[in-house]
Amino acid sequence: MKNIFSVFKKKKSGEVAKDRLKILLISDRVNCSPEILERIKADIAEVISKYMKIDVETMEIQISKTGMKSMNASKTPTLYANIPILDLRNK
Amino acid sequence: MSEVIVVTSGKGGVGKTTTSANVGTGLASLGKKVVLIDTDIGLRNLDVVMGLENRIVYNLVDVVEGNCRIKQALIKDKRYPSLYLMPSAQTRDKSSVNPGQMKKMIAALKEQYDYVILDCPAGIEQGFQNAIAAADRAIVVTTPEVSAIRDADRIIGLLEANDFNKIDLVVNRVRNDLIKRGDMMSINDVVDILSIPLLGFVPDDENVVIATNQGEPLVGSNTYAGIAYMNITKRVTGLEVPLMEFPKTVTFWTRVSEIFKKKQEV
Repeated sequence: MKNIFSVFKKKKSGEVAKDRLKILLISDRVNCSPEILERIKADIAEVISKYMKIDVETMEIQISKTGMKSMNASKTPTLYANIPILDLRNK
Repeated sequence: MSEVIVVTSGKGGVGKTTTSANVGTGLASLGKKVVLIDTDIGLRNLDVVMGLENRIVYNLVDVVEGNCRIKQALIKDKRYPSLYLMPSAQTRDKSSVNPGQMKKMIAALKEQYDYVILDCPAGIEQGFQNAIAAADRAIVVTTPEVSAIRDADRIIGLLEANDFNKIDLVVNRVRNDLIKRGDMMSINDVVDILSIPLLGFVPDDENVVIATNQGEPLVGSNTYAGIAYMNITKRVTGLEVPLMEFPKTVTFWTRVSEIFKKKQEV
């Protein structure tokens, strides 16, 4: 979730450290390497693409420890996928 | 009710031993009966940080192996009569002790002391397993650096898997000048990432180096680290103490020097 403005502003090293850690710890915590996440992403993209046209380039997936509000366990790892749809109609 | 607290971090060199020494000494200064146990077999250091290295006769491995009674291995602190240290063995390795033996020894110590503080070795191998076996509470020490935080997160995961329900965080070597400049993660950032309760932070203070040189824990002294460690100690006992202000002297002198610089320019 990059801010558009962050492209123009050079990040301070403290912020860089925090961002790097957040990504690093996600894969550390679920014992899931970035490569596996990348494969999950590709597979999801493939399945969704059967039904609608999506923007594979900008889609993002991540595992967050926050969990959903409806769930009692606050620390359940949850997979979030952010998939921009280009065309809703069936291909 | 006595408490067994393990001081751990994963990464080495972040301040486990310093924190153990200062929290232990701090608790004794509050009148608690405390025993500090160095569980870093082969690389003992708590004795030198406490300034008690010349008094060692028996050690933890001797107790476990039955070469001596627990009482014989305990070194009485030179400052506080209710503070004792059980040193580790220097010429043995981590496999000399197992978690069952640690549990047995600590169960015996628990009856006579209010606090049993375990100084954990770096790493997640047997030394770590021995240290956490008998503990019911943990203090995770980290610094605001990527490597230390990553290891702390791993340690927290392992502690949670071992059913620890009280895990608190100490952020050590905090430099406000770097935080203000944006070149160090803030305490909030660290707490946010690790998501465990904050027991306190310790500013990066040269007095820690001086105190270690002299073998005198600085808790309670009128230094920033000394005050920080006293606050942490009080929070360990359950007292609510507000977070300390960052060292102001630094900014004060910076200002003075700035004024001088400006005058010179004029």
